[in-house]
This record gives sequence, structure tokens and C-alpha cells, in this order.
Amino acid sequence: MEKESKNHIISVTNLTKKFKDNTAVDDVSFFVERGKIFGFLGPNGAGKSTTIKMLTTLLSPTSGEIMMDGKNPQVHADDVRKIFGIVFQDQSLDEELTAYENMELHGVLYRVPKELREERIKKLLTLVELYDRKKDFVKTFSGGMKRRLEIARGLLHHPKILFLDEPTIGLDPQTRNHIWDHIKELNKTEGVTVFFTTHYMEEAEKVADQICIIDHGKIISKGTPKDLMKQTKTESLEDAFIKLTGRDIREEHATAMDSLRNSRKMFRGHK
Amino acid sequence: MKTIYVLWERQLKRYYRSKVRMIASLAQPLLFLVAFGFGFGPIYNKASGGNYIDFLVPGIIAMSVLFSSTFMGIEVIWDRQFGFLKETLVAPVSRFKIMLGRTLGGATVATFQGLIVLLLSMIIGFRPKSIESVILSIFFMALIAIIFTALGTAIASQLEDMHAFQLIINFLIMPLFFLSGALFPLQGVPKFITVLSSINPLSYGVDALRGAMTGNLHFGLIFDAVVLSGVAVLFLSIGAYFFSKIEA
Ligand SMILES: Nc1ncnc2c1ncn2[C@@H]1O[C@H](COP(=O)(O)OP(=O)(O)OP(=O)(O)O)[C@@H](O)[C@H]1O
Ligand SMILES: [Mg+2]
Repeated sequence: MEKESKNHIISVTNLTKKFKDNTAVDDVSFFVERGKIFGFLGPNGAGKSTTIKMLTTLLSPTSGEIMMDGKNPQVHADDVRKIFGIVFQDQSLDEELTAYENMELHGVLYRVPKELREERIKKLLTLVELYDRKKDFVKTFSGGMKRRLEIARGLLHHPKILFLDEPTIGLDPQTRNHIWDHIKELNKTEGVTVFFTTHYMEEAEKVADQICIIDHGKIISKGTPKDLMKQTKTESLEDAFIKLTGRDIREEHATAMDSLRNSRKMFRGHK
Repeated sequence: MKTIYVLWERQLKRYYRSKVRMIASLAQPLLFLVAFGFGFGPIYNKASGGNYIDFLVPGIIAMSVLFSSTFMGIEVIWDRQFGFLKETLVAPVSRFKIMLGRTLGGATVATFQGLIVLLLSMIIGFRPKSIESVILSIFFMALIAIIFTALGTAIASQLEDMHAFQLIINFLIMPLFFLSGALFPLQGVPKFITVLSSINPLSYGVDALRGAMTGNLHFGLIFDAVVLSGVAVLFLSIGAYFFSKIEA
């Protein structure tokens, strides 16, 4: 178990989350160093998003302890919400508003002063190539455009910790590069700690300072990308990842995904 | 303050941009107004010597505010399904402010609906006492709207399913409406109806609107205002509590 340290902006100890009989996160411990880019990798259903939800006050853990910059999200939710920003894995835009209105609303919620807000909105919408569509309703956007807008919105305020849950999913390679360049810049100039997940291993290999691999809710490996390659005697992070998590798409994943879909259906209605 | 304002504004934009919703939600009060007004009117007029339209219109306005404000809760479920709710739940703003902004936005929309019903009822011959009485009515419409938007929000915070929400709300608002004195006077009704209607917050809203617009009062304006404000604070607190417990 890691010792707590001032340098650990996130520290997680014996964190567990159970959904009924399914243990999504199973006794996980890790820490993230201040100012680093941290990659949280794992196959589908491994427990990445569930962990992020617990770190970001959206879910309460079944057991274990979380410290976010010295504060416990369960006890001091409002304080913790002041220190992070997040791009969610699934959609989170108001489709009845325009692109600009979505940005503006976020800027106000995060108390970005008016002038800075306008300046950054312009810069970020330009970065994701949506500036000329800023007055269009989000419901008229393609999937990739919505994703780009979500990322732009997530970068509008500069938090201490930025969570990116599969930020670049469904984006073309040019856009991905632009976005990562911008994030690295933010990390370097403002010291923003970045906590991201992705299924693009070459992306993780390029940007991550530290990596943690989770599978079936348990941490199975951690270190720099180089460490992991050395550990597994492989040439790329992708190979290391496959070696660590197994080559096959295991059956449990399919069933886990199915049960998720089914539980969704249950919520939808008893028609 | 600014955060409450933007969330309030968002609700108005969403309403304003959905013309279908705007018109559809006027259909029911209009139907009631015409059916009851012309159907029961003659009987009422003969029995009590008063004008039934004068009696009915404040009740129908209360109904329209009740229905549209309670159904505002569906916005929470909608936002959850479209994912936008998370965006507000992680924002560095207390959940109370978020809930308050949403609720005030929904309540403004519901008040506006009530005002439209008032205008429409003037077409069929309803005349409020004076301009001041209209202003006073708007105040009471707003109180009713806040109470029931907060209630709808509290219920919606506990649900993920729109159909369940609709069922519960229908089950809840019908008795609230029928036992509020909106359609018939509360004088001389059986004891159990008197009791039920006196614990129904909407009764005080109906009474206040009727008092403000036509001068006929059952409980008394100040009393109504005190009861309604108390209930508004209570429901806002309950709503804020449930809203703050939402997980995603
Ligand atoms: N709200 C929920 N209710 C029940 N089970 C859930 C819920 N959310 C997640 N799970 C389960 O928890 C497990 C982990 O899911 P999670 O979303 O954290 O995976 P992930 O690592 O983010 O996967 P992906 O790469 O597909 O996004 C899965 O088995 C999933 O079915
Ligand atoms: Mg995920």
C-alpha cells in the first residue's frame, strides 16, 4: 500500500464498488502524482468509469477511501467539485441549446470571468473546428461534433485535475492530435493533473507519464509505459496491454455489457 | 446568483423553443374551462345566484399552474437520460442552488402558462376586479408554481423512468385538484372533504386566486399567503434534499 503524500493529488485506498452482486471495482489502491498525466487503462467493463464516478462525487463507494487533493469526496463534495473538471464517456450536452450556449452555461457554472470566458470559448471552439457552427443547436450535430464540443467545454475552465473518460472516442486522427497537443500544453503551462482513459494504446503510450491497468475491477499493473513494456518484454504498450489483460475478448465482458443494457431497458419502462 | 440565473434562463429557453409543448399544455385547461363553464354554469348560477365563470376561472388557472409545474419534474428525468444532468451535478455549485435555479425556471414557465389561461378566459367573458388584482394573482400563481415544481423535482430526483413519473404525478395531482375547491365551493361539503381540502396546499392557492380576482374568499388572503409561503419553503427544502442525493 502506498504511503500518503502531499505530492499525491489523488490517492485511493482499498476502494470497492458493488452493484448488487456485481463488484465493478474491487479493492483498488493507487495514487496520482500532482502535475502528471495519468492513464487509467483496461478492457471494457473493467471498472474505469465507475472509479471516475466515485472520484468525481457522482457515486458513493461501497467501501474504501478516496482523497482528492487532501479532501474526501464523500464528506466534502462541494470542495472536491471545485478542483476538478471532467469530460464524461457518455453524452452530457444540452441538445436544446446551441454550441455556444452550452459553453457559456459551463463557463458560468465554473465561474470563469466574462472576458476570459468569451476569449476561451472562441479559442476552444476554433480548436475543435466548431466556431462557425457556434449558433447551431447541438441536436443538429454529428456524433463526432458533439464529442468535440464536449471536449472544448471540458477545457473551458482550468481545474487542478482534469478527468477525461475516453475523450477521443470517435474522433478523426487530426482532431485527436490537436486535442492532445492542447491538453499537454495545459498540463505543462498550468500544471493541470490529467486523469484519462482510452482504448487507443498508442495514444496512451505517447502522452501518459504514469499508467495503471485495471481488469475485472482489480489493478493488475502500474508504472510508466516503458516500465510496462519492460515488465512484459514487449515493444509497444498495445502488446503489453494485451499480454497483461489477455488476448481474448472474454465472455464475462459480453454478459456484463448485456446486463447493463438490460438494466437500462428496465429503467425505461414497464410498458 | 449568476449560476441560479443561468439555470433559470435555461428552463425558459427550453420552454420557449418547444412551441408544441407550450400549446399542448394549454389544451387541458381550455377544455375544462369550456366544458365546466358552459356545462355546470347554468346549474350553479340557479343554485347560488353567483356567476360560475367567476368562480371557475381562478380554479382552472390554479389547475393549469398545478399541472404544468408538477410536470416540470420531468425535465430532471429528461436531463438524466440525455446525460446533461451529470454536467450540473459535478459543477462547483451547491446542489441547492442548482435545484433552486431549475425550480424557479420551471415555476416561471408554469406561472406564465397560468397567465395565458387568464387571458384566454377573458375572451369568454371573465373580468378580474382590477389591474392590481391581476398583479396579486400573479404573485399567488408564482407561489403555487414554486410549491409544485419543487414537488415534481423532488419526485423526479428519485426516479429514472419517465413513465413511472407520469403515473405517479397523475395519481397525485388529480386528488389535489379535485379536493382544492377549484370546481365546487368548499362550503357545505361533507366533513371528510373539508378535512382533506384543508391539508391540501392547493386549496389555499385556489382560494387566494379567487380572492384576488373576484373578492370571494374562504380562508382569507393573508392566511393563504402565509400557508403557501410556508409550504413553498418546506417543499423547496425537501426537493433540494432529494436532489442533492442524486447519483449518476
Ligand atoms: N449503474 C450501474 N448499475 C449496475 N452495474 C453497473 C453500473 N455501472 C457500471 N456497472 C457495471 O460495472 C462494471 C464496470 O463498468 P464501467 O463502466 O466502470 O467499465 P469501464 O471500465 O468504464 O468500461 P468501458 O471501457 O466499456 O467504458 C461493468 O460490469 C458494468 O456492467
Ligand atoms: Mg467507461
